[in-house]
Amino acid sequence: MYFTSANFLLFFLCTFVGYYTVFRRVQWQFLLMASLVFYAFSGWSNLIYICVTICSTWFAGRQMTRLRIGQEQYLAGIPELSKKGRNTYKAVIKAKLKKWLVLCLLFNLAILAVVKYISFVISSINPLLSVINAQQITSINILLPLGISFYTFQALSYIIDVYRGLESESSLFKFGLFVSFFPQLIQGPISRFDDLKETLYSQHKFDSEEFQAGLARVMWGFFKKLIVADRLITAVMALSDPNGGYGGVYVILNAFFYAITLYADFTGGIDITLGTARMLGVAVKENFSRPFYSVSIADYWRQWHITMGTWFKDYLFYPISASRPMLRLFKWSQKSFGGGFGKRISVYTSTMILWFVTGLWHGAEWHFIVWGLVNGIVIIISKELSPLYARFHKRFRIGDTNGYKAFQIFRTFWLMSFIRIFDVYGSVRLTIKMYLSVIFNFDWTRFITNGPSDLGLDIADYALIAIAVIVMVIAGFTHNNRHMEFTNVKPILRTVLIASMVFAVIIFGIYGFGYDSRQFIYNQF
Amino acid sequence: MKIIKILVIPAIAAVIFFGMQRLLEPKYMSGIYEGRLISEYYGEAISHDVIFLGDCEVYENISPITLWKNYGISSYIRGGPQQLIWQSYYLLEDTLRYEKPSVVVFSVLSMQYNKPQKEGYNRLNIDGMPLTDYKMESAKASAMKDESLLSYVFPLLRYHDRWKELCADDFQYYFSEKKVSVSGFMMRCDVKPVDVIPDGKKLPDYQFGKNSYKYLDMLTKLCKDKGIRLILIKTPSIYPYWYKQWNDQMADYADKTDLTYINCLDLASEIGIDYYTDTYDAGLHLNVYGAEKMGYYLGNILADSVPDRRDNPKYASVWNEKVQVYNWLKATQEREVKEFSKIKTFTY
Repeated sequence: MYFTSANFLLFFLCTFVGYYTVFRRVQWQFLLMASLVFYAFSGWSNLIYICVTICSTWFAGRQMTRLRIGQEQYLAGIPELSKKGRNTYKAVIKAKLKKWLVLCLLFNLAILAVVKYISFVISSINPLLSVINAQQITSINILLPLGISFYTFQALSYIIDVYRGLESESSLFKFGLFVSFFPQLIQGPISRFDDLKETLYSQHKFDSEEFQAGLARVMWGFFKKLIVADRLITAVMALSDPNGGYGGVYVILNAFFYAITLYADFTGGIDITLGTARMLGVAVKENFSRPFYSVSIADYWRQWHITMGTWFKDYLFYPISASRPMLRLFKWSQKSFGGGFGKRISVYTSTMILWFVTGLWHGAEWHFIVWGLVNGIVIIISKELSPLYARFHKRFRIGDTNGYKAFQIFRTFWLMSFIRIFDVYGSVRLTIKMYLSVIFNFDWTRFITNGPSDLGLDIADYALIAIAVIVMVIAGFTHNNRHMEFTNVKPILRTVLIASMVFAVIIFGIYGFGYDSRQFIYNQF
Repeated sequence: MKIIKILVIPAIAAVIFFGMQRLLEPKYMSGIYEGRLISEYYGEAISHDVIFLGDCEVYENISPITLWKNYGISSYIRGGPQQLIWQSYYLLEDTLRYEKPSVVVFSVLSMQYNKPQKEGYNRLNIDGMPLTDYKMESAKASAMKDESLLSYVFPLLRYHDRWKELCADDFQYYFSEKKVSVSGFMMRCDVKPVDVIPDGKKLPDYQFGKNSYKYLDMLTKLCKDKGIRLILIKTPSIYPYWYKQWNDQMADYADKTDLTYINCLDLASEIGIDYYTDTYDAGLHLNVYGAEKMGYYLGNILADSVPDRRDNPKYASVWNEKVQVYNWLKATQEREVKEFSKIKTFTY
């Protein structure tokens, strides 16, 4: 059930009415039920996967809390125990906690690996087997459960936090709601238990202000998704057709169009998520700031898919950086290459691991992995070049000017757009071929003759997209996404603005017969 | 104040919504005029003794004016392009809300379609109906995959993307459109003779589908229940090909259910159809001259079952107006064909 489908609107309407009609003390149970129904629409069998993740993670969390309580009681009961004895006991408990953590991580990652990566692994191994004339492995096709990467990571963040000291949730069903909360189930954000529990389980009275703010946010999401993303994707698909002959200048056009499409699609989806959650009184964390105003790639990744970035930073990058092998590498590289570059080698290694996994998380295909690694490489290069930049800025003193900032934004936008097209072409080989065509076959003739007119869109479509993009650019001037909820304007103006967005979406949105209810691009992750 | 706000805001929103809907709905005042056929019926001032149901084989092949002028038969053609049998059925149900005809003539060509065909044709046959259970049932039976029934309730959800195609017609005919038919008949005065009569393409299966029969049974039962005489007809269009096997099935059905089945293809010479002068597109449809011959022929058959209303002043007044329009349209089209070799006027 896609956010843009009539089924979802009907489902949400029923959920909304039911949510504010039932007794407030059972609101969260109602929400859990609605979330499971929502998930069941993606296939009954998918419910098994999510329920296994919920039960296993909750059980591991409870075991860890039980161990911790046992430890506290044991130590409180024997105050005369020596410090050494206490430490020994704590170490034993910690080892047990770790055992539960590792068990839970491995179990859930194994599910993710099997359903998401097994085909990829087999298809990557088979060519190697054919080289040594070994028997090929039969490929297995498992239907990817909806949002599995998102809910698995959300569950894993919980169990790691419990290991680090967070009190586990005693109610299996409450925890089930945290993992399965339907607005964020499909494409995130990847929320933390600590951030969500208060707002998710508390009782909510219908608040017209909250409702209108949420509705405005939802409509802003629909505006981006249905007017911009689903319109422009037609041109992107035409440009990405390997047989379409759209090389050279069209690759630049494709990079540009896809940047807008993905932004409108993903942020639109998140706006719908945040808006629907808000209408239910649940405050979900923002997932975007204003990435297209970033001055560097590192800055971009602090503003794009924020919850994924922080997840990888907190649960992968820092633990890897502080791991024993990395500390050994740090010592070795410092000794071998000196205190400057040598010190940074271990950080860069962690960075590359982080980006490898980020790429893999996005999809079980080589182009995602290469995309991730290219991100890591560019970040490392810009880090290495930073002394050079500093010297340049010191000499020419242009670092603080608006012109230079605009240049940085322009540079980051295009750099990211060109890295992102690995995703568009869906093949490393084809992407490289397209890169090369920009250099060696920058053919203007077709573009000058046809412009973008043979890409499935007409002049009215382009004009509409241009206007919508201008609205998005203006909306992006401020860091605060919530201004699109119109909470600071007069009620009458807010009503007019919301109504305008509703009508804009109804008239200019891409939907209805012939529209193939395109998924949100991030659903697939 | 709060109550005013609660009432006024939705009212304004509704006005904008329906205003936009009206603007974006196709007006069918150029190009495809057939989109107006279904809705024009609801403006009729008199009742009808004969109702024709079916596709272009009724709304282009039979002249109700001939039926009136020569037999005093008040008739209406509730036809639409590629009208499917379930659409005919629900149109009749809908028609029965307004009047009870003595005879229903159903064109059996649509028996060949056992399932929904094209969304565009569905629209032409259903959009014009008022919002009733019958309209929704018809939409449900006709809907293609991915078609939303809600868009039959709120056509804006279907036609919203016409903002790119808005033209002068959409503004000019915002409040009311011109008429395109006379009692459901769409007139064509041009001539394109039949040059070749090809054999029908071989079909893998000549059996009409279960769904088609289901609705034919329903149509038969509805007419019997209401005391209406049902006549099955195949009008004398050469295309689409009417197979012998199809003809036999209809003849059998008529026998079993005690209905009249008329295959006008076999009776073309008796009716007087001249395929050199009576068709405007080489045999696919009849022109007005062929339709008038069909009118004469059917009038003879229908005259026994329905009254002559020519002496009824209410009927006479309405039909005389129709005759005038018909004559004017015919004269105009004939002049245009002579002057421009094509018809320019389809509306009045």
